[in-house]
This record gives sequence, C-alpha cells and structure tokens, in this order.
Amino acid sequence: MDSKVKKRQLQQYIGFGILGACALFVVIILFIILYDIAVKGISTISWSFLSEPPRAGMTEGGILPAIIGTFFVTIITAVFSVPIGVGAAIYLSEYAQEGWLTRWIRASIRNLAGVPSIVYGLFGVALFVNTMSLGASILSAGLTLGLLTLPWIITTAEEAFQTVPKAYREGSLALGATPWQTIRRNVLPYAFPGILTGAILGISRAAGETAPILFTGVAFFLPQLPGSLTDQFMALPYHLYIMSTQHHAIEAVRPLAYGTALVLIILVFLLNLTAIILRYRLRKKYVR
Amino acid sequence: MTSTAKVETKNLNLYYGPNHVLHDVSVQILPNKVTALIGPSGCGKSTLLRCFNRLNDLIVNTKIDGEVLLDGKNIYGNGMDVVDIRRRVGLIFQKPNPFPKSIYDNVTFGLKINGIREKKRIAETVEKSLNDTGLWEEVKDRLNTSALELSGGQQQRLCIARALAIEPEVILMDEPTSALDPAATFKIEELVSQLKKKYTIIIVTHNMQQAGRVSDYTGFLYLGKLIEFGKTNDIFTRPKEKLTENYISGRFG
Repeated sequence: MDSKVKKRQLQQYIGFGILGACALFVVIILFIILYDIAVKGISTISWSFLSEPPRAGMTEGGILPAIIGTFFVTIITAVFSVPIGVGAAIYLSEYAQEGWLTRWIRASIRNLAGVPSIVYGLFGVALFVNTMSLGASILSAGLTLGLLTLPWIITTAEEAFQTVPKAYREGSLALGATPWQTIRRNVLPYAFPGILTGAILGISRAAGETAPILFTGVAFFLPQLPGSLTDQFMALPYHLYIMSTQHHAIEAVRPLAYGTALVLIILVFLLNLTAIILRYRLRKKYVR
Repeated sequence: MTSTAKVETKNLNLYYGPNHVLHDVSVQILPNKVTALIGPSGCGKSTLLRCFNRLNDLIVNTKIDGEVLLDGKNIYGNGMDVVDIRRRVGLIFQKPNPFPKSIYDNVTFGLKINGIREKKRIAETVEKSLNDTGLWEEVKDRLNTSALELSGGQQQRLCIARALAIEPEVILMDEPTSALDPAATFKIEELVSQLKKKYTIIIVTHNMQQAGRVSDYTGFLYLGKLIEFGKTNDIFTRPKEKLTENYISGRFG
C-alpha cells in the first residue's frame, strides 16, 4: 500500500481514538459517581427513611421534610418560570423584529444564564425576602430558583419554536389566520414536545440547587412539615450539604448523607426520564 | 380595461434591504382567467406573487412603493386589514405544506379560524372542497388520518382544497407542481382549468409548457422587470420582445 495512504489511515485511527476516549471518559466519570453513591446509599434507603423526619439531632430517622420541601419549592419554580419563560420565547421567536431591543433582550438572557447561582441567592434575599416581604419561605426560594431557570427555559423554548417549519406558519397566515391564531394552532402544538423537555430538564436542575435557596428559605432543621408557602422548609440538596459538612458527627451520619444523595439523584433522574418519555411520545404523534 | 381588472399593480417597486427586486411593475390580472408569470430563477416572479396577498410583509426590511389594487382598492393602503386580504387571496405553495393534522382538520382550518362553528356547514364545505379538487373519492373513508400520509400530489390538492374552503376570490400558485411527478402535475393542471370558472388564478411556473397549457395570459419577468405581458398564445407564438423570444425558445433561463 502507498505510504501516503497508510499515513492518512494512521491519522484517522489516532484522531478517532482520541475523540472516542474523550466521550468514554465522560461516561466513566458519570458511572463512577452513580456507582459510588448507589453502593453507599442503597443500604440506608427504606420506607422509614423516606417517610419519617430526622430524629436525635439528625443522626437518625429519615428525610421526609426535605423531600416535601424540595417538592413544593420545585412546583413554585415551575409555576413561575414556565409560563413567563415560554411567553418570552414566543415573543422573541414569533413577534420580535430584529433590532436593538431584541438583541439587547437576547444578550441579557444569555448573560443571566451565566450568573453564578449564589448571586441569584443574594438577589432573591434582596427582592423576594426583603423588598417584597415574602420572608424566608418556600415562595421566596421557589421564585429565586424560577429566576435561575428562566434563561434556560427561554432558550430551549425558542429553539423548539425555531424547529417548527416555516411552511406551517406561512400556510396558516396565507389562509387568513392572525399571527396569534397561527402561533396557538400551528406553532405551539409542534414546539410543545421541545418546550416541555426543556422545561423539565431546567426544573430538575433547579431542584438540585443549593446556593439560591440558602438565604431565601431553606432551614437547617425543622421539627414539623411546612404548613404554608410562607413557611421555611427543608430541602434535599441543602440537607445533603449539612449532613456532609456541617453536622457535629459527620462520620456517623455519612450513610444518611449518601442515602439523601441517592434520593436526590433518583428524583432528578425520574424527572429527566419523564421528559424523555414525553418527548418520545409527543414526537411520534407528529412524525412525518 | 382598468375597471374590469381583478388584481392590478401600478408602478410597483419592491426592495429587500438594499436590493431593488421589482422595478416599476404594472400589470392587470383579469377575473376568471389564469395568468402565468414566467421568467428565470431570481427574476422576482415569486416575490411579485407574494405581493398580491402581502406575504412579503413577513420578510424584514421589505419596502414597497406603488400600488397593488384588489377590486380597485390598494391593499397596501391605510386601513386595509392584511388578515382580510389573505382570506380573499389564497396561496398555494411550491412544496405541498399540509399541516400535520388530519385531512379533515386541514380543510376545516380556515373555517375554524374564521369562527365558523356550525357542524353541518363545516361538513358540507369539507365535502365540497375535496370534491372540487377531485380528492373526495380518494379520501372520504379516511378523513381522520394524518394528511402527511397522502402522496405528494394528493397533499397539494389537499392544500388547494384547504384554500377553497374559505372561498377566496383569487388563488395564487407558486410553482405548485415543481415537487410533483408528471401524473400528479397533470391532475393539478386539469384542476386549474376547472377552477378558473369560479376564481381568478395567478400561477408562477418554471415550466413553459405548463404556462402554455394552463394559462390565458402570460407575463414574462426578467431581473425584476415585467418585460412583456399579453395573451399566452401571442407571447408564445409571436413575442414582441427579443428577450421574451430568447427565453421561451430556451436560449437562457
């Protein structure tokens, strides 16, 4: 064989090998993390761990208040960020003319996505806890996480709108539909799977955040479950942080920390799985 | 002749940003006739077509001067409702674009957005529109299946039925057969000849035989200018302009 051909083949193998190794590296890291947490956490998980509050200075008992807290905060996050995010995405994708205002809004959204989450926490204290007098509460924390999620939801929803063929929009307008009728009947339904997937992924990420809820409502320990949206709450990521670094007997509660981590990961995984299944089903409905 | 034109442009100029796309186009389209617009790619024929239902409005930086008259009223004038114009002037696209809904929902789309709810009227319109496009016998047993399962030619006839359902006055067709095979093309051409009894039709086509077969009048556009306009027979047998003659004899384009 020609030596030039051999050299090209060698280059091909080396290039392919390096790229493959990069991809494999990511997968290996993920599995090491999951394996470590699963092995160390699985023995802690029982019905009582999931259904009881912590006892004896959080050295015994379960994590029910943290699960409940994370659940309600996540709902507030979703209720706040999905409608506003999708609304903003509709405006940007369907109505906004390209101009300085649109560019300015897009740049702001992109920058917002890059703001560290602890800064969102501080902003949440200033705006929701103090200025709007919502106090440290489920509401304040949920709204703060909502702000954190907004740029993600706007961006993914806008991308979902961009995938709707132009022919659907023009076909609808050419039949005398108003722009709003076109969006509601001929754009939104087809962008919906993408919007939903993006929203769930964004919210599942928010559910695992610690910094934004740190000052806005999460509590170290609460003897009872929250009774209203203006109460403080416990949350899984913060509970994990406490159990791993702030507890007076860190070594003794290590299994509880791993159990908490496993529950948190499973919850996030379930949310992501829901997104995948929904997307698959809805896509099938509209396949060409 | 002015008073009888269904659609008319007067000194129409169109710019996309710095590009001057249409130059001083003045044309009169007669009612219940098929008018073909021919010319090489990029000559502005599709752009001109989309002026008649203001679909060019969607493209940013489009500037228009001159007039486009529909029944003598300037559709770009103040107080004209663009939605109403598009109801009166339908458009069939180059690539069939049925919505990813059922056949039935495709035909009823225009009725629903116009607030028509009476079941009987809707059902009658569906049957009539599909009949008018020769689709009824082919699809009457599967109205609730997805329109995307139809063949390309059926999809295009469905798009025509969808446009007919709201009873437009003018039907614009933008190379409606360029994505279809010869058999499907033949059906669409037959349909065009049928439809002109009730509608005014303007068709953009790349295919000169098609223009010759279906149209009563032909306009030849070149580089954004209307070079020649007249009876199709005259344009094809004794064109007045050298450019027209060169184009229809296949010397360029």
